[in-house]
Amino acid sequence: MKKIEAIIRPEKFNIVRDALTELGYPGMTVIEVKGHGSQKGISEVWRGRRYRVDLLSKIKLEITVKDSDVEKIVNTIISESQTGSIGDGKIFVFNVENVYRIRTKESGEAAV
Amino acid sequence: MKDVSNKIKTSLWLLLITIGVLILTLGNVEASDPTGIATYGASDSVAGLKYAVNFSWTLLGAFLVFIMQAGFALLGGFLRQKNMLSYMAHCFIDATFGAMVFYFIGFGLMFGGSKLAPGLENGSSIFGCDGFMLLGKAYDVQTIMLWLFQMVFATKTVSIIAGAVAERLKFGAYLTYSFFVCGIIYPIYGHWVWGGGWLSTLPFGSGVKDFAGCACVHTIGGILALVGAWVLGPRKGKYNPDGTANPIPGHNMVFVVIGTILLAFGWFGFNAGSTLAATDLRISIIASNTFIAAAAGASIMLFYTWATTGYIDVAFICNGALAGLVAITAPCAYVAPWAAVVIGVLAGLAMRGTVWLVEVKMKIDDPLGAVAVHATNGIWGMLAVGLFADGTYGGVNGLITGSGWQLLAQFIGTVVAMAWAFAWGFGLFAIMKYHLNLRVSDLVESEGLDTHIHGSPCYPVESGLVTLSGIPVEEVRREEEVQISLLERALSKDATREKIYSEKLGRWVYALVKPGKTPKK
Repeated sequence: MKKIEAIIRPEKFNIVRDALTELGYPGMTVIEVKGHGSQKGISEVWRGRRYRVDLLSKIKLEITVKDSDVEKIVNTIISESQTGSIGDGKIFVFNVENVYRIRTKESGEAAV
Repeated sequence: MKDVSNKIKTSLWLLLITIGVLILTLGNVEASDPTGIATYGASDSVAGLKYAVNFSWTLLGAFLVFIMQAGFALLGGFLRQKNMLSYMAHCFIDATFGAMVFYFIGFGLMFGGSKLAPGLENGSSIFGCDGFMLLGKAYDVQTIMLWLFQMVFATKTVSIIAGAVAERLKFGAYLTYSFFVCGIIYPIYGHWVWGGGWLSTLPFGSGVKDFAGCACVHTIGGILALVGAWVLGPRKGKYNPDGTANPIPGHNMVFVVIGTILLAFGWFGFNAGSTLAATDLRISIIASNTFIAAAAGASIMLFYTWATTGYIDVAFICNGALAGLVAITAPCAYVAPWAAVVIGVLAGLAMRGTVWLVEVKMKIDDPLGAVAVHATNGIWGMLAVGLFADGTYGGVNGLITGSGWQLLAQFIGTVVAMAWAFAWGFGLFAIMKYHLNLRVSDLVESEGLDTHIHGSPCYPVESGLVTLSGIPVEEVRREEEVQISLLERALSKDATREKIYSEKLGRWVYALVKPGKTPKK
């Protein structure tokens, strides 16, 4: 089992979430985060002075998937959230030791 | 970009010079009574005291109507957080720039020829031509009091439209319609009803009677809002391919409730202040009718939403109160309190019906329900005068006294208001759509108008998580433009992407892109 952490643009979140649901992964953890990679930040004005906000709002999705689905999920996230502009985000894939479902005490791939 | 700003600069200079010349030549003509001493008369005269009391009352009314602008601004709680600043900017600029337009052009067109105060002699039954910029004979305490009172009314009319076109209108388009409404559309119709024009002198009943502005303010504003919202188009994501509507929740119900209370408070000035005299003791009944209608409208929506949805919908209760207030605006002086109850109840229900009609049937996206609250009830209020006026004030007799002539006059006044607003609305918005494309781009619409048009978010980020540093403007522009154009292209592709109905989710979603391929247009 692998855990996929994807940091994406907020305006793409709904599209990505719907796509993942269609693929059979309706459950996910969503965190609003701030950060940047090589994206320089956006500029705003306050009372006449222009300033730069360099910690930008992004959405982090965490889903745990079966090993066989990793490729498909990662490609879907990339194709749905890509815009070509700097700041599209990154995807990290981690190994997961075990997964349990609290309601039924299932573990392993059945609990994913 | 450079030559546009040069053109704007030259035209502004020309305008400034013209106005300066006008003021210098006309300003020297003898003013009527700018100190108020002649109007007041002998120092301990009762007549003078009457003037003082009436002035105080009318001015207080004007101040109360101004606080309604805060109420309008707070109704922005119905919108999304990312667009709040742009809506509040519309409301505030309506109050300020709109006032300027009314000062320079509107007042003269509206009250010239009405002879309601010194300096308002010239005008026809179609439009007025006296009192521009309050110069010459119009520089008088009475005339200027009238101007203040009427100016705050004009700014309310144009603020109604802001609610229907919120979240997606270009700023230039907004400023243009604001100019036309305060400068021409509202004043000319207002002249017909209040400025001694042809509607007030109709030979049916007592002529068109619009006590505080159902037709002048609410019908005109509401119909313009309807046309504007229709020409502009719905917000992205509001309507699905099969025509069903998605709810787009607001961000702050606290603002909505407080805004409604502020509006209701200001409405005391709107209605009761319209007597322009505290010596006219009918003001107690006018103020009470106003509040009764608001309470009735809110109460009926309370029970309606409870019964039909199981939820007590505070947004609808607030809009129900506003609907009652709009509907009572014309009849407040002419009807008895029991009639105010009936008017308020039916106003709430009419508002609810119009929400369904506009959103579901006509498929027009109206974020604040401006059309439902103002257009419908502006019409209902005018007709209610013809139905419920009982003859106790101003000799206005409605259907309940056996006379149907007033109803005919009201009907004509309403139809004229609707036609006037429809015609100007279509003309303005269609021409603007053709020439400068009313809508903001998809990128601006998804990221919010606040940061793109006004430069900063409405609710700025807490500074703990943000590094702020001043930067030179040119460097920023170059970098940002490249990235922004990429984002624009990607987001406009999204706007035209195919949508399918998903059984799993029970709603419409974007059709999946095959991984590795670019999305279908």
